[in-house]
Amino acid sequence: MTGFTLNGTPVEVDAPEAMPLLWVLRDELGLTGTKYGCGIAQCGACTVLFNGQAMRSCQFPLGAVAGAEVVTIEGLGTPAEPHPVQQAWIDEQVAQCGYCQSGQVMQAAWLLANNPAPSDADIDAAMAGNLCRCGTYPRIRQAVKRAAQTLASEES
Amino acid sequence: MGRLATLTRRTFLFGSVALAGGVAFGVYKVKQDPDNPLADDLAAGEVTFNPWVLIGPDGITLIAPHTDVGQGARSVQALLIAEELDLDAGQFEVAPGKPSPAYWNTAMALDAVPFPPDDQGFAARAARGAVGAMLKLSGQQMTGGSSTVADSWEKLRRAGAVARETLKLAAAQKTGEAVDTLSTASGAVVLRDGRRIPYTELAAAAAKIPPVEDVSLRPPSAWRLIGKSSLRLDIVAKSTGTQDFGIDLMPEGAINATVRFNPRQGGALLSYDDSKARSMPGVRQILPVTGGVAVLADNTWNAFQAIAAVQCEWGEAPYPPEMAQHWAAVESSFTEERLDKRWRDDGDVQAALASAGGGETLELEYRAPYVAHAPLEPLSAVCRVSGERVDIWASHQFPRMAEQLVADITGLPVEQVYLHNLYSGGSFGHRLEFENIRYAAEIASKLPGETIKLTFSREEDFAHDFPRQIGMARVRVVSGEGGITALDIGIATPSAVTSQMERAGMPIPGPDNQIPAGVWNAPYDIANMQVNAYRVPELAPTSSWRSVGASTGGFFIESAIDEALIAAGQDPLAGRLALCNDPASRRVLEAVRDMSGWNDPLPPGHGRGVALVVSFGTPVAEVVEVSQQDGRIRLEKVFMAAEVGKVVDPINFENQAAGGVIWGLGHAMNCEITYADGMAQQHNFHQHTGMRINQCPQIVINGLESGGRITGIGEPPVPPAAPALANAIFAATGQRLREMPFSKFVDFA
Repeated sequence: MTGFTLNGTPVEVDAPEAMPLLWVLRDELGLTGTKYGCGIAQCGACTVLFNGQAMRSCQFPLGAVAGAEVVTIEGLGTPAEPHPVQQAWIDEQVAQCGYCQSGQVMQAAWLLANNPAPSDADIDAAMAGNLCRCGTYPRIRQAVKRAAQTLASEES
Repeated sequence: MGRLATLTRRTFLFGSVALAGGVAFGVYKVKQDPDNPLADDLAAGEVTFNPWVLIGPDGITLIAPHTDVGQGARSVQALLIAEELDLDAGQFEVAPGKPSPAYWNTAMALDAVPFPPDDQGFAARAARGAVGAMLKLSGQQMTGGSSTVADSWEKLRRAGAVARETLKLAAAQKTGEAVDTLSTASGAVVLRDGRRIPYTELAAAAAKIPPVEDVSLRPPSAWRLIGKSSLRLDIVAKSTGTQDFGIDLMPEGAINATVRFNPRQGGALLSYDDSKARSMPGVRQILPVTGGVAVLADNTWNAFQAIAAVQCEWGEAPYPPEMAQHWAAVESSFTEERLDKRWRDDGDVQAALASAGGGETLELEYRAPYVAHAPLEPLSAVCRVSGERVDIWASHQFPRMAEQLVADITGLPVEQVYLHNLYSGGSFGHRLEFENIRYAAEIASKLPGETIKLTFSREEDFAHDFPRQIGMARVRVVSGEGGITALDIGIATPSAVTSQMERAGMPIPGPDNQIPAGVWNAPYDIANMQVNAYRVPELAPTSSWRSVGASTGGFFIESAIDEALIAAGQDPLAGRLALCNDPASRRVLEAVRDMSGWNDPLPPGHGRGVALVVSFGTPVAEVVEVSQQDGRIRLEKVFMAAEVGKVVDPINFENQAAGGVIWGLGHAMNCEITYADGMAQQHNFHQHTGMRINQCPQIVINGLESGGRITGIGEPPVPPAAPALANAIFAATGQRLREMPFSKFVDFA
């Protein structure tokens, strides 16, 4: 049994320690918002927050997650109560196929938690590991800026 | 199934053959509309007016039969019905419906015949009519060819209007009011005195009267939704991780499965050894499948681990194993024997080339590689064979062909196969192929009563991508003070459409108009112009890749035109305008000229390139601006204009347009699929990335709306992107790139 905190709630998982967190989330815990895209940390679709850091969950064996705090797209916000980054993604209508967007949102949430007013270059550098095959990048940039404004106004 | 149905299901007839075919089937059969599939399962109190609208006491369901692969098809189709039916967002559900002949695509014929889309001559109209008749008779529900809006534009608004007028008649009968005093708004019939009767309360009464078919569509001045941006139906789910894609489905008790089959596509499995894999954790069963092996396990990870441990001996590829052989086959196809069709023969090219008329003759050669679709969601499917019924959950662009394949595999009649068509995590043409459908059905048919969830690994998905065709062009062009006086362009590619449709069980005879797409229909008046399409014998199996033939042809001709205009001392944009004979194409060129400030000076090290390609009936012009810093090319800006008749939803239009530009640029810069030992050498996104955000330029989109014919925007932005970028790099650096991917020759920032 491996224990960790998932979206604020302690969980115990009975799965091999070598099993990547991605598959633990999807197949063992039924949280399918975190996506499988490449399995080798090249696309970012599986991005979660791991002790506050944006990480590719396909690269994290369950054994390394013991005791950690993990936040997935489901824990960031919900359709009824979206996180400001999710709300910005809705308002800017970023998604096309939408498959990469869980990872994009998680990566952007991490960026804004660490850099509340990112420049264009900051956004490009932080988001470059998250591949979008549909080409939603122009709207991702707009949505990150919109979310930054929302978060700044909530702070003040 | 009768002989007629078998023939129409199995054979598309194009070009001159289609003319005979249209006559053969007779007018009555063609005019008859297929039955409304919604009428089969009506509950008490429900009414359906046509295959797109279902209303019951508890709610309203609109059917959007085009597959949503990320292009917003469901939202746009629902919007067109809701426009005429006076529904507001939130007042209806949208479903893909059971695949049915009633959802045959009325717009695919436009680009499937060897005539320009704006050719209204007798032969063009006759060919379109005949191919359209085939599509109708065979009930081809298809998503592709950028046809969703064109197919839906009249049909779905009319579907909404018929429902509206029938509901008004039901309200009139119920209240005794005259029907012409009634109106509709927000899901209700409104009486003269302002009282509202919700449609849901009128359903039972409306079911008792025949649909009112004599309706008129709203004038543009009355549109509430068309032309304005709506919130996509899926936007909240896709922003919060709550959209279920096929890969996310996990029905109670389902067994996870994965497959590995010969990476030499189409090759055999000679033998396999699963002794190690059988004892691995969570493995339930290992089965042979066509050309490969399937592992069933308790979760996806265990299935992936076990299949990697199965030792397989693969048979040879049914095509040349090495890349050099593929190129050699293309190079040797510029022959009379391989001539698929001479698509254009204006003036006398040979005489003009011989005399050259005081101009310079350029001899040019261009190359385009294989490229993968690689949508981000790996292929998957859920399938269950139970008794006399098969259910399969997957996203597919040819849903009825997918059902037929499942029927063939399971041995059940196709009427008992139910494809539940899903939102997919991208396609770009990948979901025109059937590998996930085939293997899910094969496994499920061996385990009746079990629900099988099949997931492909990314590597398996890449190995069986069915990439875009490779191709070459050989060009001779005479260019001098008088501009371009002669253009002789030969294009040699394998036929992706033939490769794809043969696998779909619908072989297409006759010349393939996708080999010279974007070239034969180039809107240029050149006194002496010849376009020859050469069909390379099939090499690796290929399939339609976002914009199909124009993705290679557009690069070839728009690079050559650029070189010739520059050799003639002309400005590339003004020179194109001077040649351009199509008003819509002129408008998009003028638009990007003005948007980009084409005639304004640029900083040192910067360069602009332009390209114009007409594909799927939509002319698109793009100007790309690049800079060169420290020996690296940086994409600065792209200005894009397209003429589509009417922009139905501006945000969705902009997203499709920008996405198409990025698709075209990213693959032209960074991507190729190559073969060694019969296998694709690219296995994952580190070897075939497309574009990442750090390479993405600023993109400015302009949708022109002449009010003319409605055309699509999913694919047409792709073809001009590669040549506009190559032309910009030449302007900035003097280096001419005649082969994709460009990263083989220049470094990108």
